Amino acid sequence: MEKKEPLILFKNIFKDFDGVEVLNNINFYIKKNEFLTLLGPSGCGKTTLLRLLGGFETPSSGDILFEGKSIVSLPPYKRRLNTVFQRYALFPHLNVEENIAFGLNIRKVDKKTIKKKVGDMLSLVGLSGYEKRSIDTLSGGQMQRIAIARALVNEPEVLLLDEPLGALDLKFRKDMQLELKRMQQQLGITFVYVTHDQEEAMTMSDTIAVIDKGMIQQIGTPEDIYNEPKNSFVADFIGESNILDGRMKGDYRAYFCGREFECLDRGFGDNESIKVVIRPEDVDIVPETEGMLRGTVHSVIFMGVHYDTRVLTDDGTELIIHTTQKTTPGSRIGISMGPDDIHIMERSIYDAPVIA
Amino acid sequence: MQKKHLTLPYVVWMCLFTIVPLLLVFLYGFTTTNASGDMLLTMDNIIKVFSAENLKVLGRSLLYAAITTIICLILAYPAALILAKKKGSASFISMLFILPMWMNFLLRTYAWRALLETTGPINMFLGLFGIEPQQFLFTESAVILGLVYNFFPFMLMPIQNICEKIPYSYTEAAEDLGANKLQTLLRVTLPLTKPGIITGITMVFMPTVTTFIISRLLGGGQFMMYGDLIENQFMLLRDWNFGSALAVVMMVLLIISMAILRKYDKDGDAAL
Repeated sequence: MEKKEPLILFKNIFKDFDGVEVLNNINFYIKKNEFLTLLGPSGCGKTTLLRLLGGFETPSSGDILFEGKSIVSLPPYKRRLNTVFQRYALFPHLNVEENIAFGLNIRKVDKKTIKKKVGDMLSLVGLSGYEKRSIDTLSGGQMQRIAIARALVNEPEVLLLDEPLGALDLKFRKDMQLELKRMQQQLGITFVYVTHDQEEAMTMSDTIAVIDKGMIQQIGTPEDIYNEPKNSFVADFIGESNILDGRMKGDYRAYFCGREFECLDRGFGDNESIKVVIRPEDVDIVPETEGMLRGTVHSVIFMGVHYDTRVLTDDGTELIIHTTQKTTPGSRIGISMGPDDIHIMERSIYDAPVIA
Repeated sequence: MQKKHLTLPYVVWMCLFTIVPLLLVFLYGFTTTNASGDMLLTMDNIIKVFSAENLKVLGRSLLYAAITTIICLILAYPAALILAKKKGSASFISMLFILPMWMNFLLRTYAWRALLETTGPINMFLGLFGIEPQQFLFTESAVILGLVYNFFPFMLMPIQNICEKIPYSYTEAAEDLGANKLQTLLRVTLPLTKPGIITGITMVFMPTVTTFIISRLLGGGQFMMYGDLIENQFMLLRDWNFGSALAVVMMVLLIISMAILRKYDKDGDAAL
């Protein structure tokens, strides 16, 4: 029974700073050994949510349970979690070894154990031999690793990471993403990761919580969120997509771009206004006569793996298509897509111009 | 290279008002003038500085300076931490600390005299509770009070300055790693603010040792400090040679203590 209980539970969390609402009724849970990512644009409240968990902020109302017990009134130093800060926050007056040993020294672990653990951690993050280096001689990537080592050496139940890769260059970021995932699996620690980079979230996470306007817009596996976005914000934020206006024509029939399409969704009212999400890579280019829709190619950009092709359909809709098929601007093509490529969303706050 | 000559005014200024007077102090300190007006090289003045009587004054000055520095530090450090944390109202409060500095310190010290008198406001206030008038003025405590009051801003400002520059994330990181408030203070905040503390100590201790007037006004002449002693030689006794010798010894002492402080401040980043 206890195993079923989530490790961390957020219950009706509200948070405002001087009357400005930052988090609005957050409810979700984090499972043990999970890699959970809080994903959203800057200012969406994701970092505040992480800081609530770390103990650096208290919610205006609501509760956070850790293994069933409320932790909102606990100071950070009494929580069994550690944080990797955005700017690393490595202590400049201590060297690498002293930084990593900080938490162990506080807990009065004996010197021999500390030495061993620090050595183990340095080899885990690939910086063996850096013990005596001073912090200001490290590169951004090295500081990053030391910050991770400093947190992990305390064997926390949960590791909180606040955009830890934000300051690194692209190539190095990719490597670190894989490495973080490896560490998480190797150590079996729950990771709560904050980022605004959807690709990063996709690569590493078991679960993604997409946050915007202080609310969780959708929570689920990367596949779920990518394939079945709940609203146009999620669809737009997670990868590129075509978001079209349409109507339902009974179960399994959607009307958009001037014709009816077969789809997999049901339960909508007849003629109910909907948003249709079609991923650019799900659209096929076929000879003009065989297409469900017809249109004219107006731009083709080579992206390495695929061509980013923009098509203006005859009903006046612009579609983005990612395809390996090369076309030339100005040519006429047909467009085809299967029922499972068409994702239907209810209209949400993101679609209506004004909400009373 | 062209710009080199732009520094000339400063060089001339420094020579005229720092180097030349300094050399004169040394010249007077190591010479004496005989009846016929000839200058003679001598160590007599320097040796005289180390008489028991003068050493007592020096000792008292060092003691007062040490006490003043410690009190200032104890008062200023928490104040600086609190002020650095609350950005908005802090400037107003720091202003309150700095505002009195716009007035001449003599005036401020005279004000304290009035406050501390047996018939002054403080004793009047105590009288409301049936407490007999106390002798505050012309005590050692009054002198220390005056010194602390005058030099407190010089301790507060450098510490507050450095506290504001320390990112709050260091404190958060320490707490995150299991350190409680006290451990965070001792292991993170204190070491990081050390340069400010050292600057503060330098800016309070050095001028306090050589201070004059305050001790006379609030101590009533019973607690002569080294600065008073030097002043007396020049203004009262007209013994410029001995006055200079006193100054030379003081300078050497200050340079030594500066060197000791610098050694503690390994990074050399004190804001001095």
